[in-house]
Amino acid sequence: MAAISRDEVAHLARLSRIEMNDAELDHLASELDLILGAVARVQEVAQGDIPPTSHAIPLHNVFRADVVKPSLTPEESLSGAPATEGPRFKVPQILGEAE
Amino acid sequence: MTNIHSTAAQMSAALAAKEISSVELTQQHLDRISAVDGDVHAFLYVDTEGALAQAKAADELRASGKEISPLTGVPLALKDVLAQKGVPTTCGSKMLEGWRPPYDSTVVTKLKEAGVVILGKTNMDEFAMGSSTENSAYGPTHNPWDLTRIPGGSGGGSAAALAAFEAPLAIGTDTGGSIRQPAAVTGTVGVKPTYGGVSRYGLVAFSSSLDQAGPCARTVLDTALLHEVIAGHDERDSTSINQLVPQVVAAAKKLDVKGMKIGVVKELSGEGYQSGVSQRFQESLDLLVEAGAEIVEVSCPNFEYALAAYYLIAPSEASSNLARFDSMRYGIRIGDDGTVGAEEVMRRTRHLGFGPEVKRRIILGTYALSSGYYDAYYGSAQKVRTLLKQDYERAFEKADVLVSPTCPTTAFKIGEKSDDPLAMYLNDVATIPVNMAGIGGMSLPCGLAPEDGLPVGFQIMSPVMQDDRLYRVGATLEAALLSKWGKPLLANAPELAVR
Amino acid sequence: MPMNYEQATAAYEPTLGLEVHVELNTKSKMFCSCATEFGAEPNTQTCPVCLGLPGSLPVVNAMAIESTILIGLALNCSIAPFSRFARKNYFYPDMPKNFQTSQYDEPICVDGYLDVEIETDEGPKTFRVDIERVHMEEDTGKSLHVGGSTGRIHGAEYSLLDYNRAGIPLVEIVTRIVPGTGKYAPLVARAYVTELRDILRSLGVSDVKMEQGSLRCDVNLSLAPIGSDKLGTRSETKNVNSLRSVERAVSGEFVRQANRLESGERIVQETRHFLEESGETRPGRSKETAEDYRYFPEPDLVPVTPDADWIEELRKSLPEKPSLRRKRLQEEWNVPAKEMESMVNAELLDVVEETVKLGADATRARSWWLGEVSRLANEKEVAPTTLINANQVAEVIALIVTGELTDKLARQVVEGVINGEGTPREVIDKRGLKVVSDDSALMIAIEAAIAAQPDTAERVRGGNLPAAGALIGAVMKATGGQADAAKVRELLLKHLGQS
Ligand SMILES: [Mg+2]
Ligand SMILES: [Zn+2]
Repeated sequence: MAAISRDEVAHLARLSRIEMNDAELDHLASELDLILGAVARVQEVAQGDIPPTSHAIPLHNVFRADVVKPSLTPEESLSGAPATEGPRFKVPQILGEAE
Repeated sequence: MTNIHSTAAQMSAALAAKEISSVELTQQHLDRISAVDGDVHAFLYVDTEGALAQAKAADELRASGKEISPLTGVPLALKDVLAQKGVPTTCGSKMLEGWRPPYDSTVVTKLKEAGVVILGKTNMDEFAMGSSTENSAYGPTHNPWDLTRIPGGSGGGSAAALAAFEAPLAIGTDTGGSIRQPAAVTGTVGVKPTYGGVSRYGLVAFSSSLDQAGPCARTVLDTALLHEVIAGHDERDSTSINQLVPQVVAAAKKLDVKGMKIGVVKELSGEGYQSGVSQRFQESLDLLVEAGAEIVEVSCPNFEYALAAYYLIAPSEASSNLARFDSMRYGIRIGDDGTVGAEEVMRRTRHLGFGPEVKRRIILGTYALSSGYYDAYYGSAQKVRTLLKQDYERAFEKADVLVSPTCPTTAFKIGEKSDDPLAMYLNDVATIPVNMAGIGGMSLPCGLAPEDGLPVGFQIMSPVMQDDRLYRVGATLEAALLSKWGKPLLANAPELAVR
Repeated sequence: MPMNYEQATAAYEPTLGLEVHVELNTKSKMFCSCATEFGAEPNTQTCPVCLGLPGSLPVVNAMAIESTILIGLALNCSIAPFSRFARKNYFYPDMPKNFQTSQYDEPICVDGYLDVEIETDEGPKTFRVDIERVHMEEDTGKSLHVGGSTGRIHGAEYSLLDYNRAGIPLVEIVTRIVPGTGKYAPLVARAYVTELRDILRSLGVSDVKMEQGSLRCDVNLSLAPIGSDKLGTRSETKNVNSLRSVERAVSGEFVRQANRLESGERIVQETRHFLEESGETRPGRSKETAEDYRYFPEPDLVPVTPDADWIEELRKSLPEKPSLRRKRLQEEWNVPAKEMESMVNAELLDVVEETVKLGADATRARSWWLGEVSRLANEKEVAPTTLINANQVAEVIALIVTGELTDKLARQVVEGVINGEGTPREVIDKRGLKVVSDDSALMIAIEAAIAAQPDTAERVRGGNLPAAGALIGAVMKATGGQADAAKVRELLLKHLGQS
């Protein structure tokens, strides 16, 4: 049985904001199926109360002092932008709502 | 007299003796790049003007009599994943075509402070995802040993630049082996320092908890010299370790492994390892024994799960790290015809701006982090990470360093594995556990496989912040090999056509 | 015939929940060193980190951690010995990295409460609002929608982005559901936000300016028929930008939901936006197809593990709780509860206290702020404290006490200060408002009055003090009302041998 369906891949593509045509979805579904089949092995040993490791080197409480340092100039900030208007980044109309 | 075939240490000495200026040395390398890089394609961008300006500044600094770094005036090739202010930084992706960062990465800041001359930016698999540099949006890099073969990846450009004598020093980054595996297949040296040993600030993230920049060169000592330039605590990287940098240059000069225990990892051998690779690895162990080291066998039973865990953690983090490439603030924008909204433009841009491997990993990572799958995939992978760390802890109780072949095979043909992601992923089976545990790792050349005449890499692994042990063992082995061969391994590489 | 509020509350029981976002008033941002000044020119307070440029990395602002712990302690929370940042992944152009660095399942403060008192039909009643969590996150940039017919987000032709606000530290304070508020739900919500705002202000951790967005409230409300033990479907109303709006949003949403339920429609789980003009809400994004945020621990940051000493130190530094302070001031100033409440509601308690601290007596300070100043502020539709400050009011009061100003003149002085004519002194000088208090000048007028009414003067000399009124009146008339009547009386009686 396939671990991942074409519809699921389409959903993931939507979540990750990548347009995909039917051929790409089909191809990726079959590839992911193989890959997931291989990586699912982690479940064989990751049983019980083994603590998860998110950082290999366990540091904690790394802070900086609340001090203002120079920002980029607005020209530098905007320098890579595909489009600008005045001192702002110009983007296609934003549909939907913010959080 | 120094030339492009010299080591960085030799170049440094020649500069100090005023036998050559940095401008002359830099020009020699720029000439070499224009002569051979058409075939090798190690560079994505050659900063001729910038490099010569830096070389001139380095010469002036030297003339001023101020205290300078040993590497002042020595040229270097920079992997295109590190931000350099005003210089194109693409990460091998179409997405960032034309982007010039308004800031320097900490590695670049340190290189500039040391007066190292940055020749340009080297080719890489797109966003460092790959083991062959075939995933670059700008075409593959060719292995100087055989132009029909891959130079490894993702840092194939940096390794090839060293092997083609286009630069004596290079910076790589290593998330699952991207410094060590290219070093292995090009007959060069590469080190992945302890995670947190070199700042990640300005290193365009692939997998934040695994990425680490490191030094690449043609000798262990050169690698150590560069290591000391780029390493050290950085307050702009929260994961940077606030400790003194291990004394790696001193270690590389020690040439003594008497009494050291060298652990051979049982699981990183046997099936899947090319016979010539195993043979050269064994011979190197013999040389280390002759030099006074003791070989012990260690077992790391969970290593067989490392690859699977890596291919969950790295894509998961990547799916989040690469979300910022949305065409709003920088990079290319595709499909903004005025009729669709920002979200659709993001989708169109990411469709065409990312290559297949990047999209594959973003989708895989998105899946592994999804609610309902998180525990089974990402969560389990993090538990495997704990087991891998424990394997290493136990192994380092028995041995001062651990060793293995760097990769199972020598360089394969360009195109040979591009349709089989799983086969491609297997290249990194021996390098990935190091990243998962955050420890240090080195690859140095240990000979040519008899069956194909291609370089074989010898991997050394050291405990956290004991990177000096890599250099101590590596330099000793390198010296033993050199006296056995009578000349450096790279002297066997075919002459590149000069155009 | 739609139900009104009374009918709705007679039939349905509300379940209330509140999420408050507070912008901290740290000097620099949450994860970078950019300034946080409100109202700066667009994109002048941005850097690689808060623009999410490739390669940039966050570092936590220590002051933000300290402020958040203070808030947690003030809200009776436990401070977690281990907390962590996570990434909340979703795409939005306001958000440079396309993930928000926030806290998810490991927040820094948990399990607190806040008691709020409201007036009910049966007298004052206290409601305990349980706090589920207090966590840290970062604000987004701001978009400006250009073109289109409505000027709103829908139908805009394009959008412009300013990331000055991106990365400003936000603290999110989330209540558990508050059951049993019945028809008092709007009052409880308002009292909670008011008390919370007062606490935050007393801690000095935020500007708490709802109109500038430094304190923002989301109201979650669901209804169930009275007597039913089921929970209804909730809506989440955003954009509630004043205390009055909090109250109106709850009552408005109460009525809307009740009417839907009454007509057999179901409540959609969705985000709604509060409309300031009508007090109604309009639908935003439906949450039926919930976003999958793919939370995972932020690999670029390390855990926060505050040590117990630090927390105890912060606990000791907590200021007096605002509700206790109100009780204390009420006693000290000896004012009725109603008066106290009007000061609180008018948000004048701080400024009255400040005025008192500057030497004014409490009664006068209160009556000036609540009376004349508030009246003028009402006319101008601004907050009283934006017109005149405590120093100026205290100075005016001092001049009244010393007899230099009469109440009537003082009103003109206050008006002058508000009109921007300068300090009270300057207004007095410019308008020539000074009370005639020069004894010799007054004595001339007094003697003139005595000469004009010798019989009256004789009666006063004989001990008929009330008769002095006629003489005082004459003096006041002669001085054009500028004299201080009390002073005139004093001098007159003395002159006639009666003091
Ligand atoms: Mg939030
Ligand atoms: Zn910033």
